Amino acid sequence: MARLTLPLLLAAVCGVAFLSLASGSTAVAVLAGLRDWLLGINSAAAMVIGEIRLPRTLLSLAVGAALGLSGAALQGLLRNPLADPGLTGASQGAALGAAVVFYFGLFPAAGEAAPALAGLLGAGAALLLMLTLAGSARPSLVILAGLAISTLAGAALATVLNFAPNPFAMQELVFWLLGSVSDRGLDHLAFLLPALALGGLLVWRQRRLLAALSLGEEVARSMGFTLTRGSRLVVLGTALLVGSSVAIAGSIGFVGLLVPHLVRPLVDHRPDRLLLPSAAAGAALVCLADVCVRLLPPGREIKLGVLTSLLGAPLFIWLVWKDRRRWL
Amino acid sequence: MALIDVRGLDLPPRLAGVSFSLEAGEMLGVIGPNGSGKSTLLHCLAGLLPCRGGIDFDGRPADALPPRQRARSIGLLPQTCDSAWSLSVEDVVALGRLPWDDRDEGAMRLAMQQTGVEAFRHRKVDHLSGGERARVWLARVLAGRPRLLLADEPIASLDLYHQRSVMETLRRYADAGNGVVIAIHDFSLAARYCDRLCLMHGGRLDAFGTPAEVLTENRLTRVFRVPVHVDLAARPPVITTQ
Repeated sequence: MARLTLPLLLAAVCGVAFLSLASGSTAVAVLAGLRDWLLGINSAAAMVIGEIRLPRTLLSLAVGAALGLSGAALQGLLRNPLADPGLTGASQGAALGAAVVFYFGLFPAAGEAAPALAGLLGAGAALLLMLTLAGSARPSLVILAGLAISTLAGAALATVLNFAPNPFAMQELVFWLLGSVSDRGLDHLAFLLPALALGGLLVWRQRRLLAALSLGEEVARSMGFTLTRGSRLVVLGTALLVGSSVAIAGSIGFVGLLVPHLVRPLVDHRPDRLLLPSAAAGAALVCLADVCVRLLPPGREIKLGVLTSLLGAPLFIWLVWKDRRRWL
Repeated sequence: MALIDVRGLDLPPRLAGVSFSLEAGEMLGVIGPNGSGKSTLLHCLAGLLPCRGGIDFDGRPADALPPRQRARSIGLLPQTCDSAWSLSVEDVVALGRLPWDDRDEGAMRLAMQQTGVEAFRHRKVDHLSGGERARVWLARVLAGRPRLLLADEPIASLDLYHQRSVMETLRRYADAGNGVVIAIHDFSLAARYCDRLCLMHGGRLDAFGTPAEVLTENRLTRVFRVPVHVDLAARPPVITTQ
């Protein structure tokens, strides 16, 4: 079963991506629209698929993959199934960066991508502060330093909200923070994909360290792993993944925490084998949630981050309950 | 040439001027009261603590070995071990091959046979008893086929049967031409299975030699501050407090 997990999840990703391209207020032939768009033929189907649905689908897949992968990496590093990718501080840092753009109107030249750019810078600054504070980057210190920086960035974000120049700016900021992949274009992917590739590579190269850490830091070090360097690289990769996804899509809760939980039994609980399946499952889950957002009755659209939290929280409670019964 | 040659190992205030050497095929028991530096010594040998002094492994300075090479040559079984995840026995044993970056089925099977865990290789470690788990941790180190095996109190939580079983496994491993250093509190088992003993006291080497040379009533009474009765002529040797 463990060997089939990744191929099955990748098939699910393809299926959900097709469903996402097919879902919307207008019925459009997906394959014909895709073909027209790729060939540069100016048709209605090409416009709907290429300009609206494809960016939304690719963004939801990329954001989900980033969150799923970062959750699996961070839980492996901290040896804690409750570790959330937001613990690195990058998530709140990105939110703060974007909020400052809404408040001060920075980077006007970047246009629509200004919040994303500021979000990336905010995530980078939070990461730098966290690593400086953690010093040796020992996993136990990372969690404390990440919490401290998250709290600081959260407090700064609350201050920005408190002194919002007008109710519209505050509303725009709050809606952005709730998390969504709608109204974004392929240019947003240009921000996300390099960060996703670099963060993913950094994490993937440390998969042996994550396996060794299963038996504790002492065992990992006795097996020749340099914990300080490896931990820093995993934290850096995780922060890049989370920071960039929050910068693009706002806060999408529970994916990074929940997806590794769901996938872990399918890969025999091995932290090194958890990475890619978690990325695939995260991609499929966020994309599916975005399809659900579009399928809900018309009116005020529920935000993607709200839906993932609404669905994720009960699922998480059920998982905790199941685990609790196992130990009783 | 000695398998490991330790000269003037210093790590203030935990270790001071410890020197000894161990030949291939020998099993060395490290004994001493709590806090005397047994675990610190093992951690220094494994390269986990930055200590002063010289450690030569197989005629080469151990510090000059790249971490991966050192991990292939020197395996450490820590005093406490736990798996964060619900891994199978087989997957835990496979972790012992990480320094080699392979999954040598032959080495893994042999390690599982030596420790008697092959029968439950597909079970999850968190579903095993304490004794079974202790043997799985040992199998993990044995799977790496280290030339020098450092075991920090591997029989501390085991019943009599499993204590003997683990000591016999380590003895056989040493007899195969490897070195074994074991921190141990049971003097009778140490006298029975070890070629040499190293008595630690306050971070210093109080005595080093054969069990007969180290385990004297006067010395043990002085170091452990309780009257000790020693009868090494008995089979098995008897060392108890009076």
